[in-house]
Amino acid sequence: MPKDTGIGASPKRREDVRFLTGKGRYTDDINLAGQAHVVFLRSDVAHGRITSIDTGAAEAMEGVIRVFTGEDFAEVGGIPCGWQITSIDGSVMQEPKHPVLAHGKVRHVGDPIAAVVAETRDQAKDACEAIEVEIESLPAVIDMKAAVKPGAPKVHDELAGNLCYDWGLVQENKEAVDRAISAAAHVTTLELVNNRLIANPMEPRVAVGDYTSHDDHSTLYTTSQNPHVIRLLMGAFVLGIPEHKLRVVAPDVGGGFGTKIFHYAEEAFCTFAAKALERPVKWTSSRSEAFMSDAHGRDHVTKIELALDAEHNFTALRTETYANMGAYLSTFAPSVPTWLHGTLMAGNYKTPLIYVNVKAVFTNTVPVDAYRGAGRPEATFQLERVVDKAARELGVDPVELRRKNFITEFPYATPVAVEYDTGDYHATMDKLLELIDRDGFPARRAGSEARGKLRGLGINSYIEACGIAPSHLVGQLGARAGLYESATVRVNATGGLVVMTGSHSHGQGHETSFPQVVADMIGIPEDQVEIVHGDTDKVPMGMGTYGSRSLAVGGSAIYRATEKVIAKAKKIAAHIMEASDEDIELKDGKFTVAGTDKSVAWGDVTLAAYVPHNYPLEDIEPGLEETAFYDPNNFTYPSGAYACEVEVDPETGKVEVLAFAAADDFGNVVNPMIVEGQVHGGLAQGIGQALLESCAYDADGQLLSASYMDYAMPRAHDFPMFAVDSSCRTPCTHNPLGVKGCGEAGAIGSPPSVVNAVIDALASGGHDVGHIDMPLTPARVWHAMHGGTPNQRAAQPAAHSEETTHDRSVAGAATNV
Amino acid sequence: MTKVTMIVNGKSRSAEAEGRTLLVDWLREGLRLTGTHVGCDTTQCGACIVHLNGEPVKACSVLAQEVDGAEVTTIEGIAGADGTLSAVQQAFQDYHGLQCGFCTPGMVMAATSLLRENPRPSEAEVRHYLEGNICRCTGYHNIVKAVMAASGQDVPAVAAE
Repeated sequence: MPKDTGIGASPKRREDVRFLTGKGRYTDDINLAGQAHVVFLRSDVAHGRITSIDTGAAEAMEGVIRVFTGEDFAEVGGIPCGWQITSIDGSVMQEPKHPVLAHGKVRHVGDPIAAVVAETRDQAKDACEAIEVEIESLPAVIDMKAAVKPGAPKVHDELAGNLCYDWGLVQENKEAVDRAISAAAHVTTLELVNNRLIANPMEPRVAVGDYTSHDDHSTLYTTSQNPHVIRLLMGAFVLGIPEHKLRVVAPDVGGGFGTKIFHYAEEAFCTFAAKALERPVKWTSSRSEAFMSDAHGRDHVTKIELALDAEHNFTALRTETYANMGAYLSTFAPSVPTWLHGTLMAGNYKTPLIYVNVKAVFTNTVPVDAYRGAGRPEATFQLERVVDKAARELGVDPVELRRKNFITEFPYATPVAVEYDTGDYHATMDKLLELIDRDGFPARRAGSEARGKLRGLGINSYIEACGIAPSHLVGQLGARAGLYESATVRVNATGGLVVMTGSHSHGQGHETSFPQVVADMIGIPEDQVEIVHGDTDKVPMGMGTYGSRSLAVGGSAIYRATEKVIAKAKKIAAHIMEASDEDIELKDGKFTVAGTDKSVAWGDVTLAAYVPHNYPLEDIEPGLEETAFYDPNNFTYPSGAYACEVEVDPETGKVEVLAFAAADDFGNVVNPMIVEGQVHGGLAQGIGQALLESCAYDADGQLLSASYMDYAMPRAHDFPMFAVDSSCRTPCTHNPLGVKGCGEAGAIGSPPSVVNAVIDALASGGHDVGHIDMPLTPARVWHAMHGGTPNQRAAQPAAHSEETTHDRSVAGAATNV
Repeated sequence: MTKVTMIVNGKSRSAEAEGRTLLVDWLREGLRLTGTHVGCDTTQCGACIVHLNGEPVKACSVLAQEVDGAEVTTIEGIAGADGTLSAVQQAFQDYHGLQCGFCTPGMVMAATSLLRENPRPSEAEVRHYLEGNICRCTGYHNIVKAVMAASGQDVPAVAAE
């Protein structure tokens, strides 16, 4: 029987009613008395020198309060980067200054040049158009491999070149890997692109700055996944405001997917301008602006080589990746292609020797940072594609080749610096095969062929590292922050609880799932537990929500704080019942003395904590409130097996996803309904990457995919119903809930399934194409079958590499309008 | 600026509008009805759908002055006066058809119109009708289930256990 309450139940989400009735309070719904509006003038060229800015005409326009330029920020810090990578030669990465408003040069289309603050948004927009800016255009660097060639134009004049870092993992293993590959019975090589994406949460970013002079206090309302981190980065590194004078509030946030982790210039601007003008200043991004100012994702160009012995055991793996950083280093950007990517290259396999090389490159494009999965989708895609290609080259079953090489003994220390605690990769593969009726596939394929279609089935495994992260470890790896989480559990006199968590919910349903944990531990109804998040004045500290860490790290902090509360409550109960602390048991909201019929209710104990008439005052203080900081001692390692079944129309190259199945091992599951929803959303983003989405730049650095007319967002009719299962459970061994995290799995595991399926479909029609780069638009698929290259407006993504890619197109209009 | 008056959620409401003021901005800024959302600027995402004289429209594609005197229903006007959720709203909660909630008002308004036009749509019809509404969180799976359930059709329960 399904549970109807507590851990393992699927209660309806309590946050839903406000969202369903229009009562959600998103940042753009916040309007402060006396508020002014800012509109940014953004660069329309990718690279250039600002020779003059004349704001006179704009400043004279109706409603304009002030026009700011880069000069106004001369005394202010740059937008900081939170992670420092060390190159193979021991040098630290090149780290350019990222000014709030461009100063001297513009470095990507969308780089803000000036900001108009006016009484209304329309007045600010009008005045923006009256600013006269002269920019001397410079040659732009867009292609990563061209950017690191000698003599290439430099994105930052003060740097030695466009190479940010050249990183190796594990450098000491490189020669052994090279030898093993030279000696292998078979080597499969694959060159591929992980296409550049734009996260596109449906709520565009918004910032409202406020300042009160009577107490010299600044407040920022912002669309953030981690308000405390913004408080620290903006306060300490950009504006010089101490944390006790700065409040950051992230109210209801309409999706994040990574791109709302980072500290952005617009946040600093609004906070700065509100103080300068002593008026609230609001910025609301348009969608076009979001395309050219939200950090992008992915954009890797990779060569991967897999060595196998005669028995098809994987003997070595070598990868070389160019990773695009864009024009400036966003908050977590340097960590994504390195520690979130290189460390995952073992995947589910016991490959003994692995070497990963990553070259991070500056280009004249929007900064690139974490997007759902962040590094792990890039690792999974190349690994699961090369394994599939190896199976095809060797003429063996792709599932059996994977099974032969699965890790089966845990804990397992990989050759790329991490230790998997638990997993059962055969179990999720078994479950997957059950979900997809693989045995029935030949008959389904025959049915498709009878209708003139090609049918393919793609299967793959995945593993990811979540629950980010042990602070001592990430500190060694270059993180400039700890990655613990905090929680304060406040019990009120009448027995209700307020849980203040540093995790932030922007769709994940924490207001529902976190109370399930706390109520389960105490044995009280969930509606007795309130979750408070997203406000630095209400929650003592927090590192926020990303990397599928909220339950594994934030939930563990809540668990630990609740344990402390219960321990103290037991002392109070023992005193009331005149028993020993150790004999007190708590169940169903009632304290009992073991072996007796004595009991006292939860509410009586909590009342005693605040009305301490009969209370052990000599031993403990009154009150019932506890805080815990939980710092994990390892990552968590969700894993699973995914399958995609497609039909390809050989006449047009159009791919239709007929079925998609996901068998995941997330460890213990608190709310199965929410977990399934997370997987559905991840799958849509992963399938979207594989078939539809592409951020495209032309050779001059113009962003071609800068609206929903050009960037193919997946729609309802692009998907079938999904078959998802999370019944295979190997609980995490090192956090108290045994949970692993589920937020990114769908986006990590699904792109290779789709591509494997299309390659399989084409092969059944006699087209042995090896690989097609994502997104698999009809044009690309058709040309892969029939030769030639797609002739679509000559658009190139930033990741374009002449050695590895086909011609590019703006994905989408053809399939989605 | 011109004073514009409409019947909004059953009540006569007035606010100023410039010639260029969009209906969505008039509702959000003029009337402070912030349930209607703006998710794009090319009439693609559907977060701003309202019912204008009973028809679903994207409120970012209508000028407020053009529809002076019209009857408008927004997401704030969908639940009963006592707060009871409509069948569509309730199904979205029952089937976990929303996560971050930002696209949700537009989805509910579109789905409500769909079921008026086609009381028992097929899965394919639901997916086709919602083409003009983008959701980035749910993969549409539970939205489709919710709309089917709201139409009174049998739908597998949410979550396997």
